Amino acid sequence: MVDPAAHWHEATGWLRAYPGLWLVVTGAVFLLADKLFRAGGRFALLNPVLLSILALIAILHGFGVSYADYFAGAQMIHLLLGPATVALAMPLYLNLHHVRAWLVPLTLALAVGCVVGMVSALALGQLFGLSPATLLSFAPKSVTTPIAMALAAHQGGIPALTANVVILTGVLGAVAGLPLMRWLKVDDPMVQGFALGVAAHGIGTARALQESETAGAFGGLAMGLNAVLTSLLLPLILAFWPGL
Amino acid sequence: MLYGLTVICAFLLAGELLSRLAGVPVPGAVLGMLLFTGWTMWRKDIEPRVARVGAGLLRYLPLLFVPAGVGLIELGPRLAQEGVAMIAVLVLSTAITLGVTALTLQWLLRRRSRG
Repeated sequence: MVDPAAHWHEATGWLRAYPGLWLVVTGAVFLLADKLFRAGGRFALLNPVLLSILALIAILHGFGVSYADYFAGAQMIHLLLGPATVALAMPLYLNLHHVRAWLVPLTLALAVGCVVGMVSALALGQLFGLSPATLLSFAPKSVTTPIAMALAAHQGGIPALTANVVILTGVLGAVAGLPLMRWLKVDDPMVQGFALGVAAHGIGTARALQESETAGAFGGLAMGLNAVLTSLLLPLILAFWPGL
Repeated sequence: MLYGLTVICAFLLAGELLSRLAGVPVPGAVLGMLLFTGWTMWRKDIEPRVARVGAGLLRYLPLLFVPAGVGLIELGPRLAQEGVAMIAVLVLSTAITLGVTALTLQWLLRRRSRG
């Protein structure tokens, strides 16, 4: 006769060690969050990325699971980020005629957004008394994670902190970006997408893509270009920045 | 589906390789995106078998950021030290960057369509 308690313990022990567990939980949590977002009329604070992250952090805390254990399972989802970024070429291709027609305004807006992104983080960081290492980790926050981490490491920041800050920036942009732009009377999906891509990289682009293919295309374009420009300009800005 | 995924991943690998060989500070995935764009421009259309897989990936793009986002769980100790200041800087800086970029681009486009 098998002891049911021991039997249950053995089965859940296997489940905990099974790498597919967190893949399934992440997918299920996101589907629920997305359903809630749509049911709530796309209310900004019901953003599915925000809700999923909060719910999963609560679940990991509740069951005492470390992030490393979680990520071992969920990294299969994370790995798809690469091919998905490549796939952003599709909406970009479909909007190439807009890009050609508006090359000069797009380039100027990119330059302005890129510089404002870094300078505002540095200036506000100093104003609020952040330590120099934190400040350097914040400067590249608007660009996609791998570039931001490399830049932070190169400039003497903390790459792990940068990874978190980049994600927070993206979530903030995805949550508040569209309400903010509507308030500023910016209604053009192309402008909205581009600004989301410049300020909030891939997470902003993902939000733009939920609105329209055009917005997503310009988000992807802006994200890619901002990664390049930030890599070139950040060392220059830091070299002349007072107090660093 | 396998065909489309293989083509897209081939562009990703090409981008990663190019990023390392050329030593440019651009992520391999972004270079892969540009290479893929070049390929579709040359073909003058997106191959349907590839388009289906690409559309499937893009449909769930927000989900793909969740595993990295859960990493915020490790921010706890630092938040205790500099938390309020950090959040204030992030909120303000992100809002300013978004607003300034959007208003600049909108102003440039309107000026152009009038002139």
